[in-house]
Amino acid sequence: MSAIKLTIDGQEIEVAPGTTVLEAARQLGIDIPTFCHDPELPPNGACRICVVEVEKARALVASCVAPVGPDMVVHTESERVINARKNNLHLLLANHHLDCITCEKTGDCKLQDYCYRYGVASTEFEGDYKNLPYDDTNEFFLRDMNKCILCGICVGKDQLIVGAGAIDFTKRGFVTNVGPGFEDPIEESSCVFCGMCIDNCPVGALIPKYVTGKGRPWQTESVPAVCPYCSLGCNINLHVKDNEIIGVSPVMESPVNRGHLCVQGKFGWDFVHSDERVTAPMVKSDGVFVEVSWEEALDYIVDNIKEAQSRYGADALMGLSSPKASNEEVYLFQKLIRSLGTNNIDSYTKHSHASAVEGMMDALGNAATTNSIDEVAATGAVLVIGANPAESHPILDYRVREAAHKGADLIVAVPEMIGLVDVSTGYLPLKEGTEVALLNAMANVIISEGLHDQDFVDKRTEGFDQLKKAVEKYTPDYAAGITGLDEEEIRSAARAYASAEKAVIVSDACAGEHIGGADFVRALANLALLTGNVGKESTGVYLPYGENNLQGAADMGVYPNVLTGYQHLKDKAVRDKFSKAWGVEISETSGMSVADAFAGGKNSSIKAMYIMGENPVACGGGSPEVVEYLKNLDFLVVQDIFITETAALADVIIPASAFAEKLGTYTNTERRVQLSQPALESPGEVFPDWAVLVELAEWFGFEWDYAGPEEIFDEIASLTPEYSGISYHRLVDGGLQWPCPDEDHTGTKFLHQDSFNRGKGLFSTVNYKPEALPAKGSPVTVSFTPGYHVCQCLSETLSKRSVISAFKKTAVSS
Amino acid sequence: MSNEAVAELNQDIDLDQVDSIIEPYLGKKEMVIPILQKVQEHFGYLPRPVMEHISRRMHIPLSRLYGVTTFYAQFKLKPRGRNIIRVCKGTACHIQGSPKISERIEEILDVESGETTDDLRFTLEEVACIGCCALAPVIMVNDDPHGRLTPDKVKDILDGYE
Repeated sequence: MSAIKLTIDGQEIEVAPGTTVLEAARQLGIDIPTFCHDPELPPNGACRICVVEVEKARALVASCVAPVGPDMVVHTESERVINARKNNLHLLLANHHLDCITCEKTGDCKLQDYCYRYGVASTEFEGDYKNLPYDDTNEFFLRDMNKCILCGICVGKDQLIVGAGAIDFTKRGFVTNVGPGFEDPIEESSCVFCGMCIDNCPVGALIPKYVTGKGRPWQTESVPAVCPYCSLGCNINLHVKDNEIIGVSPVMESPVNRGHLCVQGKFGWDFVHSDERVTAPMVKSDGVFVEVSWEEALDYIVDNIKEAQSRYGADALMGLSSPKASNEEVYLFQKLIRSLGTNNIDSYTKHSHASAVEGMMDALGNAATTNSIDEVAATGAVLVIGANPAESHPILDYRVREAAHKGADLIVAVPEMIGLVDVSTGYLPLKEGTEVALLNAMANVIISEGLHDQDFVDKRTEGFDQLKKAVEKYTPDYAAGITGLDEEEIRSAARAYASAEKAVIVSDACAGEHIGGADFVRALANLALLTGNVGKESTGVYLPYGENNLQGAADMGVYPNVLTGYQHLKDKAVRDKFSKAWGVEISETSGMSVADAFAGGKNSSIKAMYIMGENPVACGGGSPEVVEYLKNLDFLVVQDIFITETAALADVIIPASAFAEKLGTYTNTERRVQLSQPALESPGEVFPDWAVLVELAEWFGFEWDYAGPEEIFDEIASLTPEYSGISYHRLVDGGLQWPCPDEDHTGTKFLHQDSFNRGKGLFSTVNYKPEALPAKGSPVTVSFTPGYHVCQCLSETLSKRSVISAFKKTAVSS
Repeated sequence: MSNEAVAELNQDIDLDQVDSIIEPYLGKKEMVIPILQKVQEHFGYLPRPVMEHISRRMHIPLSRLYGVTTFYAQFKLKPRGRNIIRVCKGTACHIQGSPKISERIEEILDVESGETTDDLRFTLEEVACIGCCALAPVIMVNDDPHGRLTPDKVKDILDGYE
């Protein structure tokens, strides 16, 4: 269809048919006021503040819902329009408590702004005021519904985007209100405290508690940062005044979270200002930590590590790196450990995701989630299995919902009811731990009904015949017996997934640890490969990690056998490249994994351990063996922002800056390298991890010369093919997804487009094994109890020092 | 009726009966109003445990169900009495003293308009116009009109209903 030409305030414009007058005006930079309009919610047209005058039209039209017409002539600020808007504002003020002097929203309030714009100081219509009690029951925000203007945006965000279903319009007429069912306090509703109602409220009806009396919007500085919790890496703005964070808002234009957040991003940052922060280096003396000078602490570390290495050999040292520190810091950490002559470098948190890494590496040759977060919203079918993204990765849950609202088939295969079932087309409440049987049966149906993508299977995969044979016995009837599902349910799930043009599988990187191990992940990959749902946009397998920089830590070579970018130690050219760049010899011998180290118990060959930003003692609810192991070491250094359960066992504690206090990059689960800016000065004598490591390296006698994180990043890029086209100045707007091989490359949205890292995708023979369920006391405990994190594999080090610990209904990961 | 009295009544709700009403509508969220009507027909009102049950079975948030029920005047969230008193608030009745009639009924029953007595004997409601202005002021008890009232006639009329 051809474009439609119209005139708005004397300016001509051509827009696509179906565009609203409001959208067209915005394209021209004309500011039409709105209250109830939100671009991602269905058209509302309720508030009427956006009315404009259209020549030859009988009445004023609401520009947010009126489509453009050919040769339309629109006036957005005519006398008639202004009078109508003034009347509208007078009516709103007739029932609005005008306490702007103390209202927290002053300066950021649409009602105030429009009253200012049109010179409306008070109402012409005196009448009743609502007199509703405040809802002050929860830890996070205050609801003063007397100020609500009933725009309905909070209801839309809650019901449609988040799906919490906590609030809706209640009653009608003058007493119409917004709130939970039966007028319960918000605390007792199904609210998940994502804070998106607050972020989008045009007036002061919803006020976060932390902000009260702390500062006006124009007094705060807004600093872009990356959320420090899960691996989606949402973009946030930290609102800072006098070296204190007084609020957080989502970055509206972020390609990752598009203005959405969850409770962790919105409210979870207050640990930064916790009284429990370590503010100076500490050495344990007679069982008690004593603050010491930096010189003393560094001397102590160098002496003890050298002592252990000279007595037991270089491999007596092991480094455990953080899943939260920046890429630059993790890179320097492994560089330091390797420069000290050992490849004993690993991550403990990574082990709670080991089966995801193993399964994906086997099948596709790359452990990372295949596609971008936002692609889920545009797919044709979603299979959610072994996960509840609403609890572990809420933004991903929002995208799955969006796909369902747009008409995608949504199959939810989890043992107990989760929120996504509300919008699903198929709910498969299978018996816990029987996922592999279901997946095999789906493969069976897909093959026997000829729903697989033969062309893709022929060209891009290997092992099809073995798979076909292996899943022969997994008829729907057979699998029904194992899973407790109905045969027909299994068939329709398989058909829905296989017959959609594009389909995604959403699980969790922790899922394999409790259901079938790496075989579960291989079974997921089998389905994706069978149907050609990998290597294309809006397809793929999503196994997001639990921690914000676990992907980055893996990329930075926190493995005993590979260097940055998964370059293998066995490759002499690789070793030579790094030796030359670092000026040290790189050992060819693979290091020990942390699992092997801990398995060694008292006889472990590891005598000294350096743990940076990792809390193995508390991971997965804690394990006495790990405590015993760490106590048994000759020397333990822990670098962290708190005296964690692990740090309490250390000989030396080195303080570190929190995420908001430092510059650095983080790589999220869609391989997006993102820049986070410093917003605060660190407390006490605290420095960022990278600065500590540079200093320590000098103490060890290495000549490291970095002016700051940017130079460290440039070194990473020069040594890591996937990162080689990335530099700080390219990361300012929305980051870049690796592989990004050169400076002109715009990043890689999804993996495996033309080939897999391993050549062809590999079908694996996997079998349902009832005994594959984890034994009690395994590092990963599992709970499908509604209201708790599906995968309690993380340590809660940050969240338990935040107000979000008050809220257990959603993800409280790290 | 007090919230405690309603809560006590709600304890004895048989949710199996709700299930049999919902059964034909499972998966059809757009049928929420007919479901609420049928459930109300069965129980006489929409008890909270029933609303919560419908919310779970139909995958409709409780907030949305509550929004629907409080929007339409036909839905009642509290039990209704065996006898419904409707006091006419039309112009003619108003001029002829209907506020005094209401006042007297409220006094006798110890409830306000819109409420039900704890013994479930009466529910008191106000209506816009009954349509027999010649009898003003008028009330209806169930299907019986009682006209040309004065406050002192009220007690005898109410005594006639059990």
